[in-house]
Amino acid sequence: MIDSPDSRRRRAPPPVNAEDFSLEEARLRQQAIGVKLRHMFDEVVNEPVPDAFLEILRRADARKSGEDEA
Amino acid sequence: MSAASGRSTAPKPPSADDEGFKRELVQLIPHLRAFARTLTGDPTAADDLAQDAMMKAWDARASYQMGTNMKAWTFMILRNQFYSEKRRSWRSTQLDQEAAERTLVAVDDPEAPVALDELRQALNTLPEEQREALILVGAGGFAYEEAAEICQCAVGTVKSRVSRARKALQATLERGGFRRDGRAAGDAMRSILADADRLSGARQV
Repeated sequence: MIDSPDSRRRRAPPPVNAEDFSLEEARLRQQAIGVKLRHMFDEVVNEPVPDAFLEILRRADARKSGEDEA
Repeated sequence: MSAASGRSTAPKPPSADDEGFKRELVQLIPHLRAFARTLTGDPTAADDLAQDAMMKAWDARASYQMGTNMKAWTFMILRNQFYSEKRRSWRSTQLDQEAAERTLVAVDDPEAPVALDELRQALNTLPEEQREALILVGAGGFAYEEAAEICQCAVGTVKSRVSRARKALQATLERGGFRRDGRAAGDAMRSILADADRLSGARQV
């Protein structure tokens, strides 16, 4: 089994110095929030793009040539 | 004569610049949708906003310098669009931060996926400028300098907003002030820690 540094740290008993412990705990929590935040964002990035977006760009192209004509 | 008569004539050959711009713009659509989703919190409104921003970027393509940061440029356009629309709707609804928070508690849906929902709700309790700074840097992968460009503010301002947002978000999740019935305070943070463990197993952090 590969033991990652993070999981080792989380299983370890709290250090004697309570302040060190809370700093370390805060760091782990911030890291977890960061992972979730990126996941939330990436979930939308990975969704297929609705056709409407490309359709709008196609129409913009057609409109452009129309305007050039007028 | 009229723009409609353009349909019957051969379209103007597309310029190479326009084609390159369009290709880049199309690649940015998923990111614009994601940013819009975090700003509006509503998928339909987000896509409307992203489409408006995409069109604004397309119409303004002459002012964009190829080779510069197009992602930051389009994000700035989307953000400006969001706030100008929001200012308009504010005048009619007088929606304030407190009302928004009350609504969030009221629409709490017991069927929604727990941890992600809690993170979203906690995000929504942040002041707007802190939320967007954290999203850009913490989720969108922008450097502080790029986020400052997008938000049209100083780099130091972005740094302090991100830092305050991180602290406030953690405090909110630990307090669990928006928790569902029967869930103990601190559960939000615990489920996020557990979820993040699972997610980082699949991806290097």
